[in-house]
Amino acid sequence: MPVILITDALIFLLIAVGIVFGLYAARHEHLRGPWRQVGRSPVAVAALVVMLFYVGIGVLDSLHFHPRIEPLAEVGSPAATVNEADAVTGPDGKTTPDEQGTDASGSQRSAEQAQEITQAKDTISAAEPGASAPTYSTQIISVLDLLLSGLRERQEKTFSAPFATHLFVKEAIEQPDGSVVRAYPRLEHGGAHLEDPSQRSFDLLFRGLFGAIKGLMVWTAIMAGLIALLGWRRRQSFNDTATALWRGETAVPWRVVLITLAIMLVLSFTAAELGAKYHILGTDKVGEDVFYQSLKSIRTGLVIGTLTTLVMLPAAILLGIMAGYLGGRTDDVIQYLYTTLNSIPGVLLIAAAILMLQVYMTNNADQFESLVERADLRLLFLCIILGVTSWTGLCRLLRGESLKLREVDYVQAARALGVRHSTVIARHILPNVLHIVMITVVLDFSGLVLAEAVLSYVNIGVDPTMNSWGNMINSARLELARDPIVWWSLAAAFLFMFTLVLAANLLADVVRDAFDPRLRSAS
Amino acid sequence: MRDALLQVSNLTAELGGDERPVRVCDGVGFAIRRGETMALLGESGCGKSMTALALMRLLPLGGRIVSGSVQLAGRELLTLTEREMRTVRGGGMGMIFQEPQTSLNPVLRVGDQIAEAVRLHGRLPRRRVTERVVELLRAVGIPDPARRASEYPHQLSGGMKQRVMIAMALAGDPQLLIADEPTTALDVTIQAQVLQLLKGLQRETGMAVLLITHDLGVVAETADRLAVMYAGQIVEQASVDAFFAQPAHPYSRKLLESVPSAGKRRGELAVIPGRVPPLDQAFEGCRFADRCPFVMETCRSGRIEWYQPNTEQWVRCLLWADPRSRFLPDEPGASPAAVGSDQVSEDARTDADALLVIEGLKVHFPIQKGLFRRTVGHVKAVDGVDLHIKPGQTLALVGESGCGKTTVGKGILQLEPPTGGQVRYTGVDLTRIAARQMRPYRKDLQIIFQDPFASMNPRMLVGDIVGEGMQSLGIERGRVPRRRRVAELLEQVGIGAQAMDRYPHEFSGGQRQRICIARALAVEPKVIVCDEPTSALDVSVQAQILNLLKRLQQELGLSYLFITHDISVVSYLAQEVAVMYLGRVVEQGTAAEVLDDPRHPYTKALLSAVPSMDKAGRREIIRLEGDMPSPSAPPVGCHFHPRCPEALPECRQAYPASVPITETHRAHCIRVDDQR
Amino acid sequence: MTAYILRRLLYAIPILIGVNLITFTLFFVVNSPDDMARMQLGDKRVTQEAIDTWKAEHGYDRPLLYNADAPRLQRLTDTIFFEKSLKLFAFDFGRSDSGRDIGYDIRQRMWPSLAIALPTLLVGLAIAISYALMIVFFRATYIDFGSVVLLVAMMSISGLFYIIGGQFLIGKLFHLVPISGYDTGLEALKFLILPVVVGVAAGIGSSTRLYRTFFLEEINRDYVRTARAKGLRERVVLFRHVLRNALIPILTGVVAVLPLLFMGALIIESFFGVPGLGSYTIDAINRQDFSIVRAMVFLGSVLYILGLILTDISYTLVDPRVRLS
Repeated sequence: MPVILITDALIFLLIAVGIVFGLYAARHEHLRGPWRQVGRSPVAVAALVVMLFYVGIGVLDSLHFHPRIEPLAEVGSPAATVNEADAVTGPDGKTTPDEQGTDASGSQRSAEQAQEITQAKDTISAAEPGASAPTYSTQIISVLDLLLSGLRERQEKTFSAPFATHLFVKEAIEQPDGSVVRAYPRLEHGGAHLEDPSQRSFDLLFRGLFGAIKGLMVWTAIMAGLIALLGWRRRQSFNDTATALWRGETAVPWRVVLITLAIMLVLSFTAAELGAKYHILGTDKVGEDVFYQSLKSIRTGLVIGTLTTLVMLPAAILLGIMAGYLGGRTDDVIQYLYTTLNSIPGVLLIAAAILMLQVYMTNNADQFESLVERADLRLLFLCIILGVTSWTGLCRLLRGESLKLREVDYVQAARALGVRHSTVIARHILPNVLHIVMITVVLDFSGLVLAEAVLSYVNIGVDPTMNSWGNMINSARLELARDPIVWWSLAAAFLFMFTLVLAANLLADVVRDAFDPRLRSAS
Repeated sequence: MRDALLQVSNLTAELGGDERPVRVCDGVGFAIRRGETMALLGESGCGKSMTALALMRLLPLGGRIVSGSVQLAGRELLTLTEREMRTVRGGGMGMIFQEPQTSLNPVLRVGDQIAEAVRLHGRLPRRRVTERVVELLRAVGIPDPARRASEYPHQLSGGMKQRVMIAMALAGDPQLLIADEPTTALDVTIQAQVLQLLKGLQRETGMAVLLITHDLGVVAETADRLAVMYAGQIVEQASVDAFFAQPAHPYSRKLLESVPSAGKRRGELAVIPGRVPPLDQAFEGCRFADRCPFVMETCRSGRIEWYQPNTEQWVRCLLWADPRSRFLPDEPGASPAAVGSDQVSEDARTDADALLVIEGLKVHFPIQKGLFRRTVGHVKAVDGVDLHIKPGQTLALVGESGCGKTTVGKGILQLEPPTGGQVRYTGVDLTRIAARQMRPYRKDLQIIFQDPFASMNPRMLVGDIVGEGMQSLGIERGRVPRRRRVAELLEQVGIGAQAMDRYPHEFSGGQRQRICIARALAVEPKVIVCDEPTSALDVSVQAQILNLLKRLQQELGLSYLFITHDISVVSYLAQEVAVMYLGRVVEQGTAAEVLDDPRHPYTKALLSAVPSMDKAGRREIIRLEGDMPSPSAPPVGCHFHPRCPEALPECRQAYPASVPITETHRAHCIRVDDQR
Repeated sequence: MTAYILRRLLYAIPILIGVNLITFTLFFVVNSPDDMARMQLGDKRVTQEAIDTWKAEHGYDRPLLYNADAPRLQRLTDTIFFEKSLKLFAFDFGRSDSGRDIGYDIRQRMWPSLAIALPTLLVGLAIAISYALMIVFFRATYIDFGSVVLLVAMMSISGLFYIIGGQFLIGKLFHLVPISGYDTGLEALKFLILPVVVGVAAGIGSSTRLYRTFFLEEINRDYVRTARAKGLRERVVLFRHVLRNALIPILTGVVAVLPLLFMGALIIESFFGVPGLGSYTIDAINRQDFSIVRAMVFLGSVLYILGLILTDISYTLVDPRVRLS
């Protein structure tokens, strides 16, 4: 049974807006031209391929549903389902045993969760008697969860290093002879298929190669399809197209696209192959797979980076243009508004708003059906409040540009022709500031993804139960004091974030150069 | 040439990437003697400025000199190291640029900027440097040079800045001064000052000048010899006298014929069809062939050699290949397109009532200061202007930049709300009616702007731009009939209906100006305010636009308020002229009266400063001192008295009343009567 | 000039009132003091008495805007709005929810914040400007291209990793300086080095890239061509002409953030255990001490507006074209 969370709905709206805008841009040369230029930049297309992988994962993770409970499981089901529910809310569990936990509210929150799980249990058992209709679990999972259910369910007891076969901490193990030895126990899942852990490197190599070959096969298929398509469009033979492509003679650097695609596919398939038997990025304190966490965090990062701008755009565009074009009192009021908002330090405004939200949510906990929904609402709220702090920059830019455009000859000519103000704004001003909007949207994205990490670190970011890179870093930093160091959670968050932000930054550079003629001449 | 100071031969330079390089100058060769002024003449996009930069080896990033030789006083410049070349720049060759506004560093005092050049090209003790700076500033005619040296560029007027640029270029005592359009950005009275200054300096120092310009008048008045550049090549070289007596190349000839003047009033101006070809292609044959009325089969292939029609003229044109050939008197098939109706309209003038009456129009902008932004004064951009525009006539509003002529145009159309006065159209005072009531009158009053690149929304299709007024004023609501009408209009202005589905950037400046005219025509106006519609265009393109405007006036009976600073255009187009100075009209009358018998000292000075190609018709230039004062604090009494060569003590007392000279001619000057 | 500054200061008042209203709405209207008390007391099933005691202790037991029970003028003054919001205008921050004098704490903690923020700013500025100049000197070469890639990569790393990495490498691996802590006087120096280095490293990427575009923008101006035509060497052109013009936006940008340096660096301070205003704020957020957050919001706004005014003034000092009016 599909569930549409608020952020899901907004993501779909965003995709729709994107498609509509794409169609609009395709029909308007002043937008299509710069985008074509972006499409011809090797850096940009490479970045785009990488970002497509992220977006793909993010979209898969946005298709939520209540999983159906198999009627077969009905007999002994409650326990099983509850286990499952546990697994999902698992990431939150890690805040509970936090020894150094100064965070009182954290433990309080987990207490609530426990309570809620109990509730969930109740609902499930309540649903049972009406057996004939298909029953659905109250927990919400996404398509990505379904695809990664292997990773999700293979939990260890606690820390384990990447590709490890043994736990990271010593435990008392009861030997067959009854004596108790303190040693590193074998993992329940990671490398469990190995009879002898010393065969690990051979197994890794073999599986890795197998994954790489699978990736290459898929890539070859895609490449053949692409060349055939290009050849068909250019009315060339397959061989000619392939030669032109590999010599870099095509307008769009397809060669770069294919190389990037090859790297990403090989990495993905290798990771999938190895991930099926190992924890390739290790496990965290409560034994959850770090690779899984990293993948789940992608959606959070993307949502923050995109929805924030989507939320702020209408206000920024409308107010900015109005202030610049109409001037006078309107200008004064709007300037006052954004100076005031801007003068409040951003972090503090976010902190204040999020703290207030927390108080509200704690006191009205019963309004939320599930933890996922509550976390989702908090994510949305974070986007809104980030939008409130970040719209002022764009608004000021647009005000300045509209102020200039107001005096430009073609606007004067339109006024001499008796065109109404609203029409002048829609027809003359808006299309001529759209490139600024686009540059801002692209430039802001990476900044917002980075901001999420910092905010979550200060506990005013996304809900602690939600997977995010900020939360990963936040929980991992406390383990830095361990010796030997537990580095993999940090490394994973770093790797995934850095790749996304770097790709976004590189793309933003190219987009800005393409759309801003002033800068184009400078570089 | 044996005594050549600068000898350029076969200079070829390119810009841009290797795949499609733009060959900005291709096989350029010329020579300059010591002490002479050589003019490099050509329209925009011909590669004049790039040639100059190539001589200095200052091509922009990505530019390179492919081949050729540049010898200054026998020294080859292209093989020098960068360090050696630096001593040549400023030392051997000085350079001044077109835009004095942007060519000076805004955050350094002008004295320091000159001192920098002084120190580079002579080892002087510190105290001497300051003295030398003051000397230089004095030499370029800057009053109070010691004080000016400690000012920043923004505190100086445009003419002063250009003088500072000249002083800077002179600091190294160069043998050659390259002046790249030195007066294009200046008003004509200031232009006269600067040109005179250059000539004087040249006489004193004996330096040679390479003058780059598009203005034939400037060439005729200042240069000794000239080279005409077209599409990256020099196509004609001649002494100035020989050239203006009989230009040899068809391009030069067309260029000369397209300059408007009073003598050409009755006919159409000559136009050159098409545009300068882009320089990123490989040329074959003569580059002008496609636009040339005398084109022959042989023009289109091979290399065009130099021919010498007479001792002082060299030309790159096959028409002169036969030594006996003489230039054909008229282009084949062209008839002198005299327009007979001009006389009729001039007769009609006297009895027609004014269509648009402007009385005492004022546009003031408040100056706000202090704690509560109180208004402490006004910039009186327009301060009491009276104009009468008659049906089917052209009234030219002439003045230098900053005199408020553009604001008059905007005030009439209520684009800038007037502070006082009346704008009466068909008996209705447009300044008194609400914005909504203004809409029906918008149809009758239209405007064409100066900058063809800023006057069309780059995001709209040409068809939509032209149709915008019809749509908003409800003249043609249906989409299909509107498109049909737009197509007609585009045909009418000579663009063609197929332009409808293209974007403005696909058109050249002249074509865009035609589209703007079509946009104004679309609402079938009675009066069009033309705000310097041709001043951003090259002279041959200007001719096209002027022809078009004239034809439309005859066909449609339009009235024009033609705002301009270019006297030659006025004499060609206008029936009546009003001269503006500092927000007020100082002299008004028929074109013949004002231009041939100016009475106000300002008008006289203005007209005398216009460079003329005709040696015989040249007047003694009346030099005006200083610059136009600020319109926020106009001088007491006659606004012009501080600069007036004929001023009397009474001029300081009160602003002079309008003195009638004839029935139609009047001037605001108390000395008008003296001259009767 | 004086009139201008006075006008700007007057203009600041409605902005501060706006800030005050926003914080007041956020803290007292969205959630009632009761909710806050419940939150602070930490238990869902607190008695009403406990809540009332907590409110009385912390001065939240008054009505929000209008006290009908009080005599005359006190009807307006004896309210939460007056006590908690309006008093901020007199820089009377009151007491924190844990009972400490906020004003005193701020005065104490301001200096460690400044001791880190100021060196970070200055060193970062010096490095970024010199690096950007170098890139521009070698523009359109591989040095330019490589540097830009490096800068973009540096920008793409979260500040958190600079802190964690710096602490791990310098402090833990090489044992060069203490990992965290603070001391008074000169002793503080050894505690300052690491946060400053980390702060500088984290900021280099974006600022250098920004300055590079400033320089490139200037280098294409006409006056640079004039300077070259004089025969000046490229180095002089770059330093005397380009640098001077590009410094204007750089300098005024710096002046704008100067007052905000007092607010400290949030994450760095809390990570390195520096008792500055940044860590003070973070602690307050984590403890949910709203009095402190409110005070810091107000202080931040005041400093921001001060920065705006200083920016305008600095423009007139460095740019001869600008006159205040």
